[in-house]
Amino acid sequence: MALAQADVLAGLKEIVEEVAGIPAASIELDKNFTEDLEVDSLSMVEVVVACEERFGVKIPDEKVTDLVTVGDAVNFIVSASN
Amino acid sequence: MSQRRVVVTGLGATTPLGGDVDSTWKAVLAGQSGVRLLTDDWRELLPVHFAARVATEPADQMERVEMRRLDRSEQFALIASREAWEDAGSPDELDKERLGVVIASGIGGVITLMDQFNILNEKGARSVSPHTVPMLMPNGPAANVGLELQAKAGVHTPVSACASGAEAIGYAFEMIKNNRADIVVSGGVEAACHQLPMAAFAAMKALSTRNDDPARASRPYDRDRDGFVLGEGGGILVLEEYEHAKARGAKIYCEISGQGLTSDGYHIAAPDPEGSGVQRAIKFALKNAGMTAKDIVHLNAHATSTPAGDVAEANALRKALGADADHVAVSATKSMTGHLLGGAGAIESVFLVKALADRLAPPTINIENLDPAVTVDVVRDKPRTLPSGDIAALNDSFGFGGHNVVLVFNSI
Repeated sequence: MALAQADVLAGLKEIVEEVAGIPAASIELDKNFTEDLEVDSLSMVEVVVACEERFGVKIPDEKVTDLVTVGDAVNFIVSASN
Repeated sequence: MSQRRVVVTGLGATTPLGGDVDSTWKAVLAGQSGVRLLTDDWRELLPVHFAARVATEPADQMERVEMRRLDRSEQFALIASREAWEDAGSPDELDKERLGVVIASGIGGVITLMDQFNILNEKGARSVSPHTVPMLMPNGPAANVGLELQAKAGVHTPVSACASGAEAIGYAFEMIKNNRADIVVSGGVEAACHQLPMAAFAAMKALSTRNDDPARASRPYDRDRDGFVLGEGGGILVLEEYEHAKARGAKIYCEISGQGLTSDGYHIAAPDPEGSGVQRAIKFALKNAGMTAKDIVHLNAHATSTPAGDVAEANALRKALGADADHVAVSATKSMTGHLLGGAGAIESVFLVKALADRLAPPTINIENLDPAVTVDVVRDKPRTLPSGDIAALNDSFGFGGHNVVLVFNSI
């Protein structure tokens, strides 16, 4: 069964806060990882691996460049969990 | 161009005796030991159960998010550099192309290396942190400080084992002398209180095994010394061209006026019992500073508390300084801090600068019976007042590999 979008967003907020120190309250679907949340390329690798562990999905390296916003990541994880 | 002079305008430290220079220096003058029993389960694996960890954990001095992408050695470098930079008056208006950083480490990010090796084995390659390489590289402490200060005159990391910290200060001195920079943040750090380096030093029989009395284990020059005590932390000095410092009204602690560098060509770890490399380094340093042994009133010794090293060094000092060694107050502060490896020459230079400023040579603790083979004048138990007027002092540091570094500081 697919994960609920709200649950994935909540989990992703926790991961980004842990990795990049961005307060969860300021993390929303339309935020850009690089420009809005200052998640650099190395930290993005950490976010991806943490998401894989937490949500039990695979996020292939070639897909990571497509995950520009938080919403992109949430949608990818929800569909991958289906 | 007239001869450029180099002065010290800022100090920073985090050590087994305190989280900054003031608390550390106060503890040094009080003759306190920073050596404690380890609380880690792994200590039972080792013949040595104690070390000198920093008195203030980095978590109390920096943000968690910043910490997680820094090796412990890099955390020490940033903590001590921030203190030193502020102490120097935060000269942020400086042209960054005239700002350099030279910070050494003897071993580099060994805790990161071992932690990530464990993650690789337990969870696989994908779980290895992408920050691993910037965290374990020995130039990481210098690079992180250079980034923070936006230093663009050059960021360097000399590596010469336990002489690294002193060599870094000498390198910074040369950068200013040679007109590559006007300010250089320099020093050394080490974070190696981990079971592997400790087991490895123990395998060399280099560490004290006085498990029943850790605070008295580091006892340079004592007859019953049985090895060094591993310490961690670091020291940072802001070096600055004299006219530059005067022009901005900076507080000037003292001058650094010379350095001497030699190598033994004798053995990978053992000191040359003749100490000829050390003697040459002292002579080169004095000549480089335009001084003679008559000018020297204090020396912060390398003296690690190993049976062979302390006597070899004392003999070399006596031979190099001759009768003038009689007016040199010799302090072995590793008796209190333990041995900070790549940070040793740096924290001991911080102590030398404070000694010149306060006119107090720090004590050497834990000498119950002075080794009769030691023929220099060791400051024991309590600080000793240094003469008024113009005075100069030496810091010597040696590293596995046969590296010898001597620095000359003088009042100004």
